[in-house]
Amino acid sequence: MSLGFLLRRLLLAIPTLVGVAVIVFVLLRIVPGDPIAMLIGPGATPADIQKLRELYGLDRGLLDQFVLYVGDLIQGDFGVSISLRQDVMELVLGRLPITLELCLAAIVIAILIGGTLAVAGVYWRGRWPEAGVDGVSGFILAIPDFLWALLFILFVVIFAFSGLPISGRLSHEIRFDALTNFYLLESLVRLRFDVFGSVLLHMLLPALSLALPLSAIIARVLKSSLNEAMTQDYVLLARVKGFSRIRIVAREALRNALVPTVTLTGVQFTFLVGGTVLVEKIFSYPGIGNMAIDAVINRDLPLIQGLVLTFAVLFIAVNLLVDMSYAVLNPRMRHG
Amino acid sequence: MAELAAPLPTWRRMAANGRVLWGGGFLLFLALVALFAPLLAPHDPLEQDLMLQYVPPFWAEKAEPGFVFGADNLGRDILSRLIHGSRIALTVAIVAAFAAGLLGTVLGLLAGYLGGWVDAVISRLVDIWMAFPAVLLAIVLVAVLGTGLHSVIIAIAVIDWTRFCRVVRAETMAQKEQDYVASAVTIGLSRFRILVREVLPNVVPLLLVLLTLEMGIAVIVETILSYVGLSIASDIPTWGGMISAGRQYVHQAPWLLVLPIVCVVLTVLALNALGDGLKDTLDPVMRK
Amino acid sequence: MSAILDIRDLHLDIVASRRRNHILRGVSLDVRPGEVHGLVGESGAGKTMVGKVVLGIAPPTAQVTGGSVRFDGGEITHMPDRARRSLMGAGLALIPQDPMTSLNPARRIGDQITDVLRLHLGMGAGEAGERALALLRDVHIRNAGRVVRQYPHELSGGMRQRVLIAIAFACRPKLIVADEPTTALDVTVQRQVLRLIKEMQENAGTAILFVTHDLGVVAKICDRVTVLQAGRVLEHGPARRVIEEPEHPYTRALMKATPRYDRPGDLLEPVPPALVDELNAAAAAYDRERAGA
Repeated sequence: MSLGFLLRRLLLAIPTLVGVAVIVFVLLRIVPGDPIAMLIGPGATPADIQKLRELYGLDRGLLDQFVLYVGDLIQGDFGVSISLRQDVMELVLGRLPITLELCLAAIVIAILIGGTLAVAGVYWRGRWPEAGVDGVSGFILAIPDFLWALLFILFVVIFAFSGLPISGRLSHEIRFDALTNFYLLESLVRLRFDVFGSVLLHMLLPALSLALPLSAIIARVLKSSLNEAMTQDYVLLARVKGFSRIRIVAREALRNALVPTVTLTGVQFTFLVGGTVLVEKIFSYPGIGNMAIDAVINRDLPLIQGLVLTFAVLFIAVNLLVDMSYAVLNPRMRHG
Repeated sequence: MAELAAPLPTWRRMAANGRVLWGGGFLLFLALVALFAPLLAPHDPLEQDLMLQYVPPFWAEKAEPGFVFGADNLGRDILSRLIHGSRIALTVAIVAAFAAGLLGTVLGLLAGYLGGWVDAVISRLVDIWMAFPAVLLAIVLVAVLGTGLHSVIIAIAVIDWTRFCRVVRAETMAQKEQDYVASAVTIGLSRFRILVREVLPNVVPLLLVLLTLEMGIAVIVETILSYVGLSIASDIPTWGGMISAGRQYVHQAPWLLVLPIVCVVLTVLALNALGDGLKDTLDPVMRK
Repeated sequence: MSAILDIRDLHLDIVASRRRNHILRGVSLDVRPGEVHGLVGESGAGKTMVGKVVLGIAPPTAQVTGGSVRFDGGEITHMPDRARRSLMGAGLALIPQDPMTSLNPARRIGDQITDVLRLHLGMGAGEAGERALALLRDVHIRNAGRVVRQYPHELSGGMRQRVLIAIAFACRPKLIVADEPTTALDVTVQRQVLRLIKEMQENAGTAILFVTHDLGVVAKICDRVTVLQAGRVLEHGPARRVIEEPEHPYTRALMKATPRYDRPGDLLEPVPPALVDELNAAAAAYDRERAGA
């Protein structure tokens, strides 16, 4: 993989980003409700309202607003949140780490579950565990992440399973003066294992909800590519060499089966990131997904804009990462 | 060609397919329930009775006769609300899936058949669409359009047309290379006629499968929007609305959450089963 | 001299969706230590299946219904998996047909040689690495030090086949099954690879079961030969005798259908269909007789 390839991919992402920005703008300017009216209490004078409208640039023509908007975006200025009265960029960047950590945990869980299912299905090919793997992954896949989230909450409540928290990010009893919002990383670096454990525990159910549908997809794709790899001549030779079946699956087939799996996992990972919107809401998890729903309900235009753009950038970044990972996995693409 | 492969074997294959049977059967049942909801529901789904607040379902000790699945936080009969909720779920599923299918198919056919700049523009649009988180986009759209049945349906169609567009575009491009399209061109048929008369029928089996799966997605999106409080007015019972209330009162009455989730899950499973079953039986190309 | 491989009256069926196809109908042959034994036949004769049964890699649909396969004195047809694996690589090895697909595209050449050394000879990484370099030099690969770090796609077909030969000889096996090892190669490369196999075989004293459809190859490399048709042995004997004075009309027809290095001017004739029909009918009659018995 060359630098040129990377640059080309980066350049291709730009028109997509511009398109996203334009659509966000168009969408939000046809909002019927007046956000200022919602912001200010009923006692406000028309002069107050007028001042606020000017402050947010809502008093000008659409074209002017668009020019202003694009200019601000280029400078990294996303405006000021109407409901929270804070800089949008600051707000989003502050909460982003929470969601990133959650997504990372989810993808690790998804790979673990999906990988195990796939390898088990291939190892016991043609016997009942394979049928079991197919059935389980089909069922997991049919239920979307937010329903899993609700099912987990039900499970915890019905079985009075008080050990597993179903809301928040950190236990109230623990005091932790964080420097960053990467609690998981920071607590690990600062050796605060009580914090680390609590954060991990709070993360478990939301991450699992996000991970399950993806794990089923990974299981399916990986299993079929593994099965295909297992019919190749080099696997036959490995059998003649006298290697055990599990070693052949792991050492010979897995590497070759990874490329199609990573492609699909990458695409599906963007759905996982999108899923945080609802799952965070359900678990009162303080990430950008949760923030997005509040922003929509409060009609906080600048914040909605900032968040949708952030999600779009995340999606595009994930796809870029997937493209780059091919080169690592497939030696044939490393040169030339 | 289609005439030669008589319809009977296809129906036979479908009737013999377990997934088509259970998926189709459940949906038929659901459709009947939705259709005759006012007759089937034992109570008015909106009738509140605070004396009946949190009455548990029949399997619990303090169950109230006549309230099979208990009552909610306002003392409304759960079973009646579930029965009425199926109406919104099915309406949204059917109308939204068809709307998304129509939009995506038209754009996909145009992109695949005309190629050139039309294809470039539409493909770019699909790329941009894919860069949005679907759920967030749905929520923003409904917030913009205002709540209500129309908004929900429009939101789903506007978000999910890309699924149809990508598949139909690819299939159209493949079909375009086939001999029968070339011979239609030599006979001198107009582009539009070829598109509608020759290409479309070959894409229909695929579309049916996609529509079924899309209906499942529509049910889920409607549930999500109801859950966030952005779907239909609150005086109409919906499964998502019931789930939302259930989450709120989960500690007092967990069954408020269980029953609507079961309805959504069963419906989605049935639609998926029907879609997968149709994929296996309907189209000879896909069966390979 | 006792045989290293002794196949007696081997019967094998392929069972697929309630249909049972007879593939091997009582095949017998023996391979003596240090000899190259040719197993010749047209495609579908069952010769590759014999090799697969010996190596224990017959597809799950294949059922051995009778006879025995003894390797180094021990029965190996219904051997437990674990015992079988320790036999492989060390005692028994394979030179596969297609060098383009038989090396794992995602693993370095060196690793694909050392893994078998470490598994069966218990070598450490360093020792196995040294041995891999020596093996690559044995198969006349120059700059072996670079090749061990390369991936299969960076090598030509002939080079890959040399690597596969090095892997086959790595643990000094007693018997190698060579499954049409030159079929997928260019004619010029074919001759080099044949010469290499012969050279390695003579140096190591390994026995080879050489599966091929090419009597010309048999003439060059084999000591003895067995001719297979429709899963039955039609003729066997010293390679020179079978080629110079074939007894069976089928062998004679097969000879006429094969281009020969030593007689480049000869015209080729296809095997007469009538003869093939006659032999297939005889095979069918054999099946009926066996079913009745």
